[in-house]
Amino acid sequence: MANLAYVQHNAMPSQPAPPGTKGAVHWVKENLFSSPLNTIMTLIGVYLVITTVPALAKFYIFDAVWTGADRDACLKDKVGREIGACWAFVVDRYQYFIYGSYPIVERWRVNLVFALFAVGVVWMLWQRVPFKAVGAMLFFAVLPVTAWMLLYGGSLSWKWYMVAAAALAVWAVYGDYSALKKGDTGIFSRPETLLRYGVILAMALGGLMIGYAGLPRVDTGLWGGVLVTLLIAAVGIVFSLPLGIALALGRRSKLPIIKMFSVIFIEFVRGVPLITVLFMANTMLPLFVPQEWSPDRLLRPLIGVALFAAAYMAEVVRGGLQAIPKGQYEGAMSLGLGYGSMMRLIVLPQALRIVIPGIVNTFIGLFKDTTLVTVVGIFDFMRAVEASMIDPTWATPTTRATGYAFAAIFYFICCWGMSRYSISVEGKLAAGQKR
Amino acid sequence: MLYDPKIRGYFYQLVMVGIVIFLIYTAYSNVVENLQRQKIASGLGFWGNTAGFDINQTLIPYSATSSYGQAFWVGLLNTVLVASIGIVFATILGFLVGVARLSKNWIISKIAMIYVEVIRNLPLLLQLFFWYNAVLKPLPGPRDSLDLGAGMLLNNRGLFVPQPVFGDGAGLIGIALLLAIFGSLFFYMWSKKQQETTGKQYPNGLIALAALILLPTLAYFISGKPVTFNFPQLSGFNVRGGVTVFPEFFALLLGLTTYTAGFIAEVVRAGIMAVSKGQSEAAGALGLRHGSTLRLVVIPQAMRVIIPPLTSNYLNLTKNSSLAVVIGYPDLVQVFTGTVLNQTGQALEVIAITMAVYLTFSLLTSAFMNYYNSRMALVER
Repeated sequence: MANLAYVQHNAMPSQPAPPGTKGAVHWVKENLFSSPLNTIMTLIGVYLVITTVPALAKFYIFDAVWTGADRDACLKDKVGREIGACWAFVVDRYQYFIYGSYPIVERWRVNLVFALFAVGVVWMLWQRVPFKAVGAMLFFAVLPVTAWMLLYGGSLSWKWYMVAAAALAVWAVYGDYSALKKGDTGIFSRPETLLRYGVILAMALGGLMIGYAGLPRVDTGLWGGVLVTLLIAAVGIVFSLPLGIALALGRRSKLPIIKMFSVIFIEFVRGVPLITVLFMANTMLPLFVPQEWSPDRLLRPLIGVALFAAAYMAEVVRGGLQAIPKGQYEGAMSLGLGYGSMMRLIVLPQALRIVIPGIVNTFIGLFKDTTLVTVVGIFDFMRAVEASMIDPTWATPTTRATGYAFAAIFYFICCWGMSRYSISVEGKLAAGQKR
Repeated sequence: MLYDPKIRGYFYQLVMVGIVIFLIYTAYSNVVENLQRQKIASGLGFWGNTAGFDINQTLIPYSATSSYGQAFWVGLLNTVLVASIGIVFATILGFLVGVARLSKNWIISKIAMIYVEVIRNLPLLLQLFFWYNAVLKPLPGPRDSLDLGAGMLLNNRGLFVPQPVFGDGAGLIGIALLLAIFGSLFFYMWSKKQQETTGKQYPNGLIALAALILLPTLAYFISGKPVTFNFPQLSGFNVRGGVTVFPEFFALLLGLTTYTAGFIAEVVRAGIMAVSKGQSEAAGALGLRHGSTLRLVVIPQAMRVIIPPLTSNYLNLTKNSSLAVVIGYPDLVQVFTGTVLNQTGQALEVIAITMAVYLTFSLLTSAFMNYYNSRMALVER
């Protein structure tokens, strides 16, 4: 009997794709002109693009004026050509946009704070940078007092700064001492410990140098621009996160009164617009405290923004807490951990990690909301841009369009960057969950 | 006993209550002292006092001799007006953009994506400034008004639209309209029953549309064309006649609509994507056409995901309408927390009332959400 089975031992050479299913022409056909309705929509889309993009490019790039000393550079009659955006206005005013009316000779202080802030942010956000605990100490403890001391100046803030440095040193020594007592002898050979003492030492030495030189006081009324915008955002972030965690834990607590207070605070703040919270901070806070303690004009909206953000943060953190399986709590309890240790060592590290995207989204909202302090008379970046437009030195028909475009670019870069970051973290977290 | 969690719990709560009572007591005594020193009255006595300022857009009769209480109602109604119109437009635009982002048409989905990304990453305040100061303010004056067609004029004093004037017998048109609405509702219920019992289908939409257009038109001609339009016209240096949409209102509406639509678009996209592909494939296997699949299978399931975040976006829009204060639209915050607060100095009462209003909105919304969720929750096993 002959063997009729036919077995192909070699792979067949792959055939070219059928004509018309590959390449640019096919892609265009499939994605843009697959049906009459689709064709109409494509035409509408193309029309939208060709009516806006070239006009915008012409206005903001090709016809724009890049250099000049005052409005004459951007006036059609004076220059003798079609005038687009007046970027010369932004170039002339960018110092004001960044520092507000902060005295020029003292602006290095602002720059130093910006630099410290940048280091702190990169340390906290870039996941590959090691020693996160030291970074957190820098960002949440060292940075706020240092920034306050540097920006505000004067002898009182310096004294508090030194007290804070001493307290931080005592805290670090105490922590290591108790670790030593538990028999952890290797603690002083770890780079993390050295780095921590290095940061505290730098803080103290810097403070001594500044105390020797003496920093003149700069009143908060002179602060403005990006400085104030970043300050409000940073204060909101630094204070809303711990406060939000505390509120979320309170809301999940088994103690009815603590739970009630947390729920009332969270729901109340989330139910009203930020503007009313700012009005409240601005007009009611001074009534609540004795006259001689009346808070600084800049401090009031800072408190308002921090409390407002804390309520939203609390809901985000609560989402994370609810996502932790009950077994984790039970496991921690069966190991004999108390409430504090259980939360600090087992639950919160897991809960916070899953809600990083939510936290970053809250920060984006907070960053956009900093513009509202304009309403209570604080000179943030938006207000600085808005105020410069009215200045007669640069009053031209295109100044407004330029100023708003510049502000839009600034806010877009900040917010879009944050949202990209949150998406990338989300991707990494999801990768860990996939099996 | 020191380590008994129950006793510790009581202790912590006692401490908490003590702190809160202490804070409230200190705040209260400071408030009393500060108010006395600044000679500010307290209580709601100011409610009936003469306001003494004008408001350009009022839905109820109001003049400078009206009371603060009336000013409050004017502001509240203006807030409700801009929020409700904004919600309608933002929903329409948001659904369009959300569906466009999922479109297979590359250029349309990219345009929708750019819209969403730009709108969501810029502060609303900046967008309001842009619409008000950079778009509506530089418009030509009344003499060079832009003619938008259909009798509408646009200039830097606002948008002027024709005002319908109802003459004698115009009530007949209203009656016809009501008749058409109820008739088509009734027909819809009847045809649904018919379909369930016999399987026969009727073109409900077409019949309703025909009734809605034909009946009022018929009534219009029978009653002798009683509706005329009062067209806005240039007279002197201003436009007279018609209905004026003030630039402040217009800018706020534009800003709120486009901003919230960006968020609604994302909600809609997430909702549609949450419906698994198997659902539409199964509908196709049952022989449903594309339109029926969307209408009967995909959208009902997507709505379950969409509605809760959609409501919270509506609430956000209402709260964001308080930004009216920066462009001078007379909403609740601008009129009451702004002008009335400045004139009376009674910060406590004024801010408490304003917050109470917004809290009421938000509580009503969450009550609706809970009701909706309990009705819509999947019934499992």
